[in-house]
Amino acid sequence: MDKTNAIISVKDLVKKYDDFTAVQGISFDVYENEIFGLLGPNGAGKTTTLEIIETLREKTSGEIIVDGYSVDKDASKIKRIIGVQLQAAGYYPNLNLVELMELFAGLYGVDVKPMEMLEKVNLQDKAKAKYKALSGGQKQRFSIATTLINSPKIIFLDEPTTGLDPQARRNLWDLIIAIRNNGTTVVITTHYMDEAEQLCDRVAFVERGEIIALDTPDNLIDNLINSGFERTKEVKKANLEDVFINLTGKEWREDN
Amino acid sequence: MSKPYNNTKATLALAKASFRSIMRSPSAVVFTLAFPLIFILVFGFLGGGGVKVDLAIAPGSDLQNPIINAIEQINVIHIIKDKDADEIKTELEKGHIAAVINVKKNTAGTPAYLADVQYTSASIDKGSILKSVLNNLMYTLNSKDIKPTVAQLNESTVQGRIYRTIDFILPGQLGFSLLSTGVFGTAFVFFSLRQTLVIKRFFATPVSRASIVFGEGIARIGFALCGAIFIILIGHFFFNFTLIHGVVTVLNMLLLAIIGLVVFMGFGFIVSGIAKSESTIPPISNIITLPQFLLSGTFFSIDAFPSWLQPISRALPLTYLNDAMRKVAFEGAGLWDVKHQILIMAIWGVGVYIVAVKVFKWE
Repeated sequence: MDKTNAIISVKDLVKKYDDFTAVQGISFDVYENEIFGLLGPNGAGKTTTLEIIETLREKTSGEIIVDGYSVDKDASKIKRIIGVQLQAAGYYPNLNLVELMELFAGLYGVDVKPMEMLEKVNLQDKAKAKYKALSGGQKQRFSIATTLINSPKIIFLDEPTTGLDPQARRNLWDLIIAIRNNGTTVVITTHYMDEAEQLCDRVAFVERGEIIALDTPDNLIDNLINSGFERTKEVKKANLEDVFINLTGKEWREDN
Repeated sequence: MSKPYNNTKATLALAKASFRSIMRSPSAVVFTLAFPLIFILVFGFLGGGGVKVDLAIAPGSDLQNPIINAIEQINVIHIIKDKDADEIKTELEKGHIAAVINVKKNTAGTPAYLADVQYTSASIDKGSILKSVLNNLMYTLNSKDIKPTVAQLNESTVQGRIYRTIDFILPGQLGFSLLSTGVFGTAFVFFSLRQTLVIKRFFATPVSRASIVFGEGIARIGFALCGAIFIILIGHFFFNFTLIHGVVTVLNMLLLAIIGLVVFMGFGFIVSGIAKSESTIPPISNIITLPQFLLSGTFFSIDAFPSWLQPISRALPLTYLNDAMRKVAFEGAGLWDVKHQILIMAIWGVGVYIVAVKVFKWE
């Protein structure tokens, strides 16, 4: 991985709403082909930051370059090379998955075979189902499939695993890693630290609109340990989630 | 990246998706097709007879005589037998029956029969019609064998096109169907796409706002035209709805439908912008559609309204759509002949879209 090649570069980003400042001057780079995690509590400004990079929101000030394009001048060019999964998004009513795929292919102006896209996220059996009828995990996988239609250079996933059961979460991790291995850069937000530790090459902690730490998960953990931190409880070699997965099986389930 | 982005492709993809979605939405189908068809069925079966006057025959009246025989031949008069005197009296008082007739043989000789007719003040209009029909009848019967001494009346009727109730009702229903699908459909679609964040997801793709509006517009117009063709064909083949120049007339009607629909969709954009929640869409839409439903000559001719109401009627866009539709369908007018109506709809269109652009919300 070429660590010096930044595909996204954010400098001094500020976003003010009428009564408060959601993002107060954050700067970071996302490197090509890494999985970059934005972590932090609700309301920290993660989603706002993502949506500004995705050109869905106006920024108050700062500079953002995505693959050489500026969000100010080339928003439509940026939209063509990114895939976006929104934290909350709906899909056109009364259409099945294949029809929705056709719609998105038209919106991105690309020719794709809907069934092939659905196969990528293992939803080929649900081709004729409506989005509403899918389970939580299936919905997230479908959302990710819609982000892949235009063979994007970067995909943005905003809390893709929130509300999923452990199996569905692990399946999604596998999917995200596979997407990255195909050469796509992934920017992800999450509340789950185990997820960030497993998935992300580098993470940024966002708190009250500012980045308070940015490094690889390993370095961040080592730094904490070097500062003298110790867990109050001895960590066992497995945790309860391992027990859950072990008992219920890890296989790809029909309903997740 | 080398391939330029294709807006047309995006617009058509949206139109296709939207059309599929509308076809699967029960409310759209009910509003566009079922409602107008029900009205057309009701009026199609009711209408066509013109004026009917109910005339009761008094119990005890002689039935086998030239007078009753002649009356039975008259279309306008509907004879009611088998009612007793009390029933007839009540019906007369309520005005359900225009008059009662009692024919008796004249025992004194000439004339051979005596006919007593009693009218009711509760049904003066029909009574007058009956009176003149009966006078005419008596004159004909009495003068059958007499040569006229002063003048002979020669009557003839010009052969005109029969103007059936359906010729009035169908264009009105078509116009109303376009109004409701334009206003309700557009308002609901854009409100719910905004509310369920479908539009937000669209904005994450390179699609332009114009493509979203045009795509939705094309789908809605396509759907409304399918509905219009369906209504026109049902009317034509089952109820003899007049289409003077056949296919050309239908095409002219469809062009008018598009013009009307574009104006009405403007109202829909406004409603979707000012509605605060899904439940406020129907009342706001009704404020726009109901007055036009009642005052735009959908069921009754505007000329029948009181004179103070007519200026209001003549200000509404649906009035002009209905008017133009009727002229095109029944009188065989071309689009140029209804340019006045089209102009007024266009003025409405400009005004409505100026407001729509101001109040419409994308998110």
